[in-house]
Amino acid sequence: MPEPVTPVTVEAQLTPGAPEGGGAEGPARSLWSDAWRSLRRNPVFIVSALIILFLVIVAIWPQLLASGDPNDCDLAHGQDTSSSGHPFGYDAQGCDVYTRTVYGARASITVGVCATAGVALLGGILGALAGFFGRWADALLSRVADIFFGIPVILGGLVLLSVVTSTTVWPVVGFIVLLGWPQISRIARGSVITVKENDYVHAARTLGASNSRILLRHILPNAIAPVIVVATIALGTYIALEATLSFLGVGLKPPAVSWGIDISNAAPYIRNAPHMLLYPAGALALTVLAFIMLGDAVRDALDPKLR
Amino acid sequence: MGRYVIRRLLQMIPVFIGTTLLIFLMVNVMGDPTAALCGDKACDPATQAALREQFHLDKPLVQQYLIYLGNIFQGDFGTAFNGDSVSDLMLRAYPVTIKLTFVAIVFEIVIGIGLGVITGLRRGKPIDTGVLVLTLVVISVPTFVTGLVAQLLFGMQWGIVKPSVAYEAPLSELILPGLVLASVSLAYVTRLTRTSVAENARSDYVRTAVAKGLPRRRIIWRHLLRNSLIPVVTFIGTDIGALMGGAIVTERIFNIRGVGYQLYQGILHQSSPTVVGFVTVLVIVFLLANLIVDLLYAVLDPRIRYA
Repeated sequence: MPEPVTPVTVEAQLTPGAPEGGGAEGPARSLWSDAWRSLRRNPVFIVSALIILFLVIVAIWPQLLASGDPNDCDLAHGQDTSSSGHPFGYDAQGCDVYTRTVYGARASITVGVCATAGVALLGGILGALAGFFGRWADALLSRVADIFFGIPVILGGLVLLSVVTSTTVWPVVGFIVLLGWPQISRIARGSVITVKENDYVHAARTLGASNSRILLRHILPNAIAPVIVVATIALGTYIALEATLSFLGVGLKPPAVSWGIDISNAAPYIRNAPHMLLYPAGALALTVLAFIMLGDAVRDALDPKLR
Repeated sequence: MGRYVIRRLLQMIPVFIGTTLLIFLMVNVMGDPTAALCGDKACDPATQAALREQFHLDKPLVQQYLIYLGNIFQGDFGTAFNGDSVSDLMLRAYPVTIKLTFVAIVFEIVIGIGLGVITGLRRGKPIDTGVLVLTLVVISVPTFVTGLVAQLLFGMQWGIVKPSVAYEAPLSELILPGLVLASVSLAYVTRLTRTSVAENARSDYVRTAVAKGLPRRRIIWRHLLRNSLIPVVTFIGTDIGALMGGAIVTERIFNIRGVGYQLYQGILHQSSPTVVGFVTVLVIVFLLANLIVDLLYAVLDPRIRYA
């Protein structure tokens, strides 16, 4: 469990009256500005942030990179390799692999971002409440989390999503939130329990601060770092999970354009036309890689123990 | 120790009931299983009614669940809708998946911990950076892509292994699928061990051991590794359940007739006894693995005592 509290923040909390920037070392630095300083100097962060920025732009405006329609296919070109104007060749249905790879970013990024936001909110709130109030709330929540934790994810997806006929991303997002929140709630719970024993929390309580004020103003800023780290890394894994579910036929469904669907469709032809599989798979791997690298960089910045 | 084990076993009961109930409800969402038996044609109402009565589908859901739970405790997991006894299916499928999981765990322990110790002791050196980049790549590529590409390269292009595993699934044919199944966890084990070893290498007790003049080999094995392995053991322990559940993808790619295959068939044919039965056993394995992990703590760290 990373210790999110640096002496700097503790000091800042204990001396609220001290003017900012009073020390000889220049402006007082919080954990966050400290982390931001080290992030800006980290090449891994810069590279992954640039890749993610690029992917987000592609997800919002795929027309910028591909002029065609991803579902405009011509069977006559089925399995053809690259030709002029079609650098990645065609898939089995004669669709342009390049266009489909570009358009596939939208589904992956949407699922990743929305699922992570949902998981972080639900898991973060439940975990923080369990850690803060303890006793029966904690016991109840931990057992419920255990129940959801015990269900193998892919299997749960096969069962729950096999009945869904919607072609939007929302069933997949909802499913990931449903099974993903225990992971974050455990982290948040542990983090809150560590932080709530700090002197400044006791001080705030002695001064008569309400529970909500202690939780929001004192505990949250110091306990949220591990949640952010785990959520960033989880974002990448959720994208991979969406592709895996789509590969098994229960994630996104055509005519939705998704790397998972394309990889699944290409798998039977892998021997004769590996290009149909390798391009979407490469895009998928690059996306997941970027988010995991970002999470790694953020963890290094927020976890002073490892510096 | 004994009392602790009993308390933990008692705590498992609500989790076990919750998870099986959840799976039971999920499977029920899949729709009327008798409809799937008749294929594309509409069912004969009399046959359907008889089937519904035979499988207790005419009773309320809670009662169905209680009947099911009662049968499980008598060792009867019910009958799949095609007439096979689920217990027979399990006896055929579980040994295969256990073998596959075993191969995967061995890879995790030998390669994962080995690489982790090597890189943890040489932080910042080229080998450390190289392995770290490699683990990032492995984590980023989803298992189904790794599996398909490994099958293409080793199975078809180079012909080193058979691309598809025989019905009996001999151990020698499970090496490549096992490695594919382990790949992502393997990378996590490497990173976890590396962080843990690097952290402990700077600790006081290691400095003391060095100062005492102990040979390097003894310091690493007796002092460093034993203390560094606690988080790794936790990960591998919880991973057993995830591996068996995740085997569904690997088994599909390499055509292995294990738990994943049977589950997939069960879901495809909406055979709820198969799905619920297999998942129930998976959940038990998962819970027991967690318990064993907690007991192993005491072996690795004598300071941890269970009263």
